[in-house]
Amino acid sequence: MTTGSSAEHTRRDFLYIATGAVAAVGGAAVMVPLISQMNPDASTIAAGAPIEIDLAPIADGQIIKVFWRSMPIFISHRTKAEIDAARNVNLATLKDPQPDSARVKEGHEQWLVVIGICTHLGCIPLAHQGDYNGWFCPCHGSAYDTSGRIRVGPAPTNLPLPPYTFVSDTRIRIG
Amino acid sequence: MSGHATYQPQSGFMKWMERRLPIGGLIHSSFVVYPTPRNLNYLWTFGGILSMMLAIQIITGIVLTMHYTPHVDLAFKSVEGIMRDVNYGWLMRYLHANGAAMFFFAVYIHIFRGLYYGSYKEPREVLWILGVIIYLLMMATGFMGYVLVWGQMSFWAATVITNLFSAIPGVGEAIVTWLWGGYAVGNPTLNRFYSLHFLLPFVIAGVVVLHVWALHVAGQNNPTGIEPKSDKDTVPFTPYATMKDGFFMVCFLLLYCWFVFYMPNFLGHADNYIPANPAVTPAHIVPEWYYLPFYAILRAIPDKLMGVVAMVAAILVLAFVPWLDTSKVKSARYRPLFKQFFWLFVAVCIGLGWLGAKPAEGIYVVLSQIFTVYYFAFFLVIMPLLGIFEKTKPLPNSISESVLDAKA
Repeated sequence: MTTGSSAEHTRRDFLYIATGAVAAVGGAAVMVPLISQMNPDASTIAAGAPIEIDLAPIADGQIIKVFWRSMPIFISHRTKAEIDAARNVNLATLKDPQPDSARVKEGHEQWLVVIGICTHLGCIPLAHQGDYNGWFCPCHGSAYDTSGRIRVGPAPTNLPLPPYTFVSDTRIRIG
Repeated sequence: MSGHATYQPQSGFMKWMERRLPIGGLIHSSFVVYPTPRNLNYLWTFGGILSMMLAIQIITGIVLTMHYTPHVDLAFKSVEGIMRDVNYGWLMRYLHANGAAMFFFAVYIHIFRGLYYGSYKEPREVLWILGVIIYLLMMATGFMGYVLVWGQMSFWAATVITNLFSAIPGVGEAIVTWLWGGYAVGNPTLNRFYSLHFLLPFVIAGVVVLHVWALHVAGQNNPTGIEPKSDKDTVPFTPYATMKDGFFMVCFLLLYCWFVFYMPNFLGHADNYIPANPAVTPAHIVPEWYYLPFYAILRAIPDKLMGVVAMVAAILVLAFVPWLDTSKVKSARYRPLFKQFFWLFVAVCIGLGWLGAKPAEGIYVVLSQIFTVYYFAFFLVIMPLLGIFEKTKPLPNSISESVLDAKA
């Protein structure tokens, strides 16, 4: 036993601190697998592979719902009136300002593809409803326009766009 | 616990045991000779009632786990199997579902009792905070249990509540994905909720032990809010408290059984008898009644992040009550102004509960906002200021004096 005063640093103090530090690092390392196991597993990620959608059967003005990564994707075949309504908006009045052109692919303005999950708390908005004729969320009253942009209600942002590309004029690949 | 000295084991076995594990002495000192204030009213029976409800929930819950399947394709069906095929399965499930509601009903009376009589004040701060922790654990447990049924309300409650975490700036989305174990509420979510719903009641039981331990160190508060000064102020736990608790437990069971046997679905939602459908959100989603006041606060604020912050703060503010209330006088009986603000607070909480079930539009939103302001003002403005400005009534010299004066 060392009998020096407590102000004196001994080799034993060093050993205590070093042992404690190793134990703390080990404890933290154990947390990694314990936390990581709750993230999406390999099968869930694999099931999120890209999907291809044939757009040809979707009529003018029709909105269809497909699932990708367990998320509903709205594909809206917009009418001329809906496109005009989406474009003729003063961006300064929007909560999450984005021009319509940034939400569709160039040359395919009639197709709007958005993730159909309300950005407030995750409910699925109803199509062709609400004051802006886009989507209306029944849970807390958020209304989206024909470009999927938030117009009124508690939702903070526009309906997000999934990653997708046009493989031909009538086919898209989501993912 | 001084009771050890007075415990005299009678049988040879208990004498043998007492030298090895003095559990007889512990029970004797905690639940037989333990001194309780002689003026406790029936509001003090809710601690015992809550312990009983926890036991009922654990027993019926273990039974339900023997018949339930935590898989998205089978969960709803297995619950219906419990209702129709399992012997007395309907009874176990109705006891469990209505038991959750009665558990919350009892805990709200218990909390309001504590607020009214100042039971959170020195030296009972830790006792109170342990109670707030139990309440938080109850909310988490109740929510996850509701999800297990895997009806429409279950699924969308899971979606909305887990999405509350998405309001956290930066890491919110990652946390939500981690909670789900997928890109939406799905089978991994159901599995982990089942696991946690099984675990948390035992965590609650552990914190209840700490809660009772802290209670037995500080002693019970009482309607006068003054501490017992002599043996004349107290009576032994048995038979006085045991009998009183037992009588009111039976009364409470009558109410509970009335729901279970005569209106078992009154507190539920018809939509939850529709199997979960990730493609369609029900037109009107509301939480169970015991979460409604907080749901109303969430919706009162037209900003996602601030709404979630306000809702969480509405619960967490309870933990700070021992320091927010600056009055030296504990019981509202001697605080004429606090008493009025308290009853207004009770009315506001009930009002928020009513608003939480209404659609979030028009006058309902305005009222929710007014009530939310009062809810927070009660804790953050009224409680600190009353301690300075309120003129309290004179306190009696002792518990026995107050009791005998009332009789005279």
